[in-house]
Amino acid sequence: MTSRYTFGGDEHVFVEVSEEMSLEAFFTTLSMTNAVRDAKIDGVTEICPANASFQIKFDPDVIHPDALMDRLKSMEATAAKQEPKLTTRIIEIPVYYQDPWTHETLMRFRERHQDPEATDIEYAARINGYDSVDAFIAAHSGAPWFVSMVGFVSGLPFLYQMVERERQIQVPKYLRPRTDTPKLTVGYGGCFSCIYSVRGAGGYQMFGVTPMPIYDPEQKTGYLKDFMVFFKPGDIVKWKPIDRAEYDRCLAAVEANTYAPRIREVVFSLDEFNADINGTNARLEEALYAD
Amino acid sequence: MPINVITSGFATTIQDLGRPGYYHLGIPMGGAMDRFALRCANMLVGNDEGAAGLECVFMGPELEFTEDCTFAVTGGDLPPKLDGEVLESWTAIPVKAGQKLSFDYLRSGARAYIAFSGGIDTPLDLGSRSTYPIGALGGIDGRAVQPGDTLPLGAADGKAKTGAHIPETLRRMPTRETELRVLPGLYWHRITEASGTRFFEETWKVASEADRMGYRFKGGTPLEFVDREPPFGAGSDPSNITDACYPYGSVQVPSGTEPIILHRDAVSGGGYFMIGTVISADMDLIGQLQPNVPTRFVKVDMDTALSARRDRAKALDAVRAHLA
Repeated sequence: MTSRYTFGGDEHVFVEVSEEMSLEAFFTTLSMTNAVRDAKIDGVTEICPANASFQIKFDPDVIHPDALMDRLKSMEATAAKQEPKLTTRIIEIPVYYQDPWTHETLMRFRERHQDPEATDIEYAARINGYDSVDAFIAAHSGAPWFVSMVGFVSGLPFLYQMVERERQIQVPKYLRPRTDTPKLTVGYGGCFSCIYSVRGAGGYQMFGVTPMPIYDPEQKTGYLKDFMVFFKPGDIVKWKPIDRAEYDRCLAAVEANTYAPRIREVVFSLDEFNADINGTNARLEEALYAD
Repeated sequence: MPINVITSGFATTIQDLGRPGYYHLGIPMGGAMDRFALRCANMLVGNDEGAAGLECVFMGPELEFTEDCTFAVTGGDLPPKLDGEVLESWTAIPVKAGQKLSFDYLRSGARAYIAFSGGIDTPLDLGSRSTYPIGALGGIDGRAVQPGDTLPLGAADGKAKTGAHIPETLRRMPTRETELRVLPGLYWHRITEASGTRFFEETWKVASEADRMGYRFKGGTPLEFVDREPPFGAGSDPSNITDACYPYGSVQVPSGTEPIILHRDAVSGGGYFMIGTVISADMDLIGQLQPNVPTRFVKVDMDTALSARRDRAKALDAVRAHLA
């Protein structure tokens, strides 16, 4: 994999690790951005990893753009040699699939959808070859997901499923973006799932909603006390399908500020994963539910 | 002692120089769209250049002072009126408690900045008072200014220079046909050479969708793409990419039709390709563009971008020297 380096004006270097999405590209992105962070280069002001690319913002009054670009290129070989291994956390995120709020919203924007006769999740299930919505939900919530990018707006995670490419779910975005998406909608576009951290415009298909806040600018939510944004790239997520009763229980706990997400520390090795995908995922799940 | 907001104008927000450092989490730097104008307004009233002031779009608010202070209005030509009397912009003006500030109609530009001695002293979010409504950060409860709000002021240090003025020769405003300098790059290779040449030859117009997040342009010929097999994860439209970061000032062209330049409240990433980036020296100018203003994109190289950046720094130094 050879990265492509280009300037974003006089204040950004943009590095495309790969045109296409893959766990390998994501891992290279992560190790490159970690290396840049560790190098503490004078003039570098922001380090932004994305799914298969990253961006470095810099102050050209401090470091010449060419000097920074050369420095970054020189780091690529070292980063590539690093073992793709990561100590991270696995988090259970409850999802109320086919909830009434995203349903109401998707009905309002039917004329912007590829298949106005179906709901978003019915459409996604059909075009991905699933017999039923239940089978589709089983696939979406079966294998875990990597948070491969945080961004767009306010702590929104993009997630990439940890399965073979043949099993990747792919769904186009809405034909025209909606002007409204409920807060905490679990969405899907291209090969990425996401959680809308705040209410607003959006183009991803809407599958359900989580009761668990992931962005709290007031930092009143117990688990967001230290920082207002919950996710960081490299987090692993396991969706847990829940029904209305459980959704209401979770929400009551969130409102009473007693909700504590299930989070466990895990070590992930890309080589082990590629050698045995199902076994690796089973071990991750075991770690999540061991106690 | 605060300032009372009687009417709030169109989209008046509290802005300083922003909160860099959180773009990797989707929280943009924000801050004044025309940073030069905000710095000038602050210098006139003796504030730190990065103090928080008001950014007014197209229309000014109506404010009532409850203490003596000094204010200055810079940026787009939005003439201030003190108790009904029209006064000069780009000038430090003393006011007494009980006086009312309102504005005449906008003569040129798009955004005016009002600085008050002491600066607006609302709480800091992630190190900045800049309003970012999408993320409910900064400002008053994370939103634009509303009638009935009160704007607290910090302690003024008495350095306001009553009557101080920044002459036109030291300012910078867009001309009738604006030129924005663009460094090609990012996904430039996705369009044909002829299409790229035409992009820089044609005159575009600012569209009505123009705000702190981004400015859209219309009226040019749709771009022609180089054929490709869509990469896995990118999406089927030729303008789609695997979701990536968006530089500030980057020019994305969804479906190849209408370019959008991301500004201070940019979304930090997404799935549309970009053909280049407006150079840092010209970002302030975008904040002064009204809808329908004819705009040319001018292709430049990195040396030109860096030299333009130095020129902007010199222009700011000239204002500092003038007021020293």
